[in-house]
Amino acid sequence: MSSLLKLSQVEAYIQQFHILHDIDFEVPKGEVTVLLGRNGAGKTTTLRTIMGLNPVSNGSVVYKDEDISNLKPHLIANKGIGYVPEDQGVFEDLTVGENLRVAMKREDQETTERLEWILDLFPDLKKFWKKPGGQLSGGQKQMLAIARAYVNENDLLLIDEPSKGLAPIVVEKVMETILQMKEKTTILLVEQNFLMASKIGDRFYIIDDGQTVHNGLMGELKEDKALMKKYLGVS
Amino acid sequence: MDLIASLTVNGLATGMLIFLLAAGLTLIFGLMSVLNFAHGGLFIWGAYTGVWIYYVTNSFLLAIIVAIITGLVLGLITERLIIKPVYGNHIQQILITLGFMLVLQELIKVVFGPDVKAVSPPAWLEGSFQLGDVTLIKYRLFIIVIGFLLFFTIYLILKKTRIGLIVRAGVMNREMVQTLGINIRFVFMAVFMVGAALAALSGVLHAPYSGVIYAEMGLEFSILAFIVVVIGGMGSFTGSLFAAILVGLAQAFMAYYVPALSLAVNMLIMTVVLIFRPQGLFKVKG
Ligand SMILES: Nc1ncnc2c1ncn2[C@@H]1O[C@H](COP(=O)(O)OP(=O)(O)OP(=O)(O)O)[C@@H](O)[C@H]1O
Ligand SMILES: [Mg+2]
Repeated sequence: MSSLLKLSQVEAYIQQFHILHDIDFEVPKGEVTVLLGRNGAGKTTTLRTIMGLNPVSNGSVVYKDEDISNLKPHLIANKGIGYVPEDQGVFEDLTVGENLRVAMKREDQETTERLEWILDLFPDLKKFWKKPGGQLSGGQKQMLAIARAYVNENDLLLIDEPSKGLAPIVVEKVMETILQMKEKTTILLVEQNFLMASKIGDRFYIIDDGQTVHNGLMGELKEDKALMKKYLGVS
Repeated sequence: MDLIASLTVNGLATGMLIFLLAAGLTLIFGLMSVLNFAHGGLFIWGAYTGVWIYYVTNSFLLAIIVAIITGLVLGLITERLIIKPVYGNHIQQILITLGFMLVLQELIKVVFGPDVKAVSPPAWLEGSFQLGDVTLIKYRLFIIVIGFLLFFTIYLILKKTRIGLIVRAGVMNREMVQTLGINIRFVFMAVFMVGAALAALSGVLHAPYSGVIYAEMGLEFSILAFIVVVIGGMGSFTGSLFAAILVGLAQAFMAYYVPALSLAVNMLIMTVVLIFRPQGLFKVKG
């Protein structure tokens, strides 16, 4: 198993609060790895810490055999990591097209093809090309955020709870898209929606109180009712 | 007819000078939402360092280059020390930049002395052309040309590159822009430095036009720049060009026909514009 990203004994603080105590996991290339855990467990903080938005106080974050812990966020991004934050981070006053243009490092053939590919999956974005990001629906914002992370040639996408606050039919749509993107890129997904997680995930890690406490293949988790109940509150 | 033409050329030249002054301010306000009342301080520092070099070397070109460098350096210092801690907070920006404006103004007196300095255009820009009945003063034409060149250059950069979008996105969500691989700190710093360099450039170009420079010009021109930015539509780059030309022409014609009103004309235009178009002449896009 060759892993694209590997976190070892990562600890992190937010201000004086010790939030991540011991995060250990690997993201194998070409797979979807899912981070599970109850609210406040530290999933978002983990993604932010990988992205460099939150300092690593101990341990290491290794991406493609290079320790990227505590690099500046833009340098981490430029190593080929795309990020879809929990709140989507859409630039509200910029149009859909402008949101995408800000992200596009190049405007070559390849980027254009990637853009077209993702726009075909999200025709709404084409339809509302000139609409300000702030006026999109929750689902459309999510699509825009995903498209924006995808449009550059990234080898790893970090996606934080894409189903959050979306109607079931929209969740379905987002899920299908991530399944399609899986063919092209490696994904680290935070997802509370268990159905979605189990449909697209290959491997899971459970985070509880800032620690990775369990991991395995997604298929195994579905069978382990006791585990799900203990850490995820699913019965 | 020749009178109208002369007044128009005068007005255009004044307008272009005002545009150069306001361009930097409108850029940093429109893109980064920073209210910089120290703008006039950068203007006089450009004027004084440029004129000093001009006195010493007798080269106006060198004076322009030195003024631009002064603007870049002071812009860097201002952004790092003064603006960086107050991004996003207009009240703090006004207070701290106004304070810094006064510091810059007093420092001029310390470094260059408190007295008014006389400046005249370089020999190659002195004198005038005769076009039929109309006398065209060379230095004014020079200002008009420089003004339009700068306008189109900056306009094209804003239009054709994603730099403007990046800066606006950075103001809205700094973290997100960084995670798209953009060094937003560097971009902000660069935009601020360009704005400061434009202020300094307008200072040195203004010197031979007005014939004199003095430290108190700093605050006067800070206020004038703000009036133009407000008329133009708070941060609209094209708007600031039109507003500056409008103010320039109004000043020229008023000075001739209604001299009593010529000092109040800026405020008058601003008031009228704000009554009928509170958003300014041009709406800022997006
Ligand atoms: N800015 C902050 N200041 C202090 N504590 C914070 C801050 N942000 C997050 N935390 C705390 O850090 C812990 C982990 O938060 P995080 O957002 O990573 O959880 P999460 O697993 O993503 O939860 P959710 O499922 O609700 O999104 C929580 O206890 C939270 O209260
Ligand atoms: Mg979260």
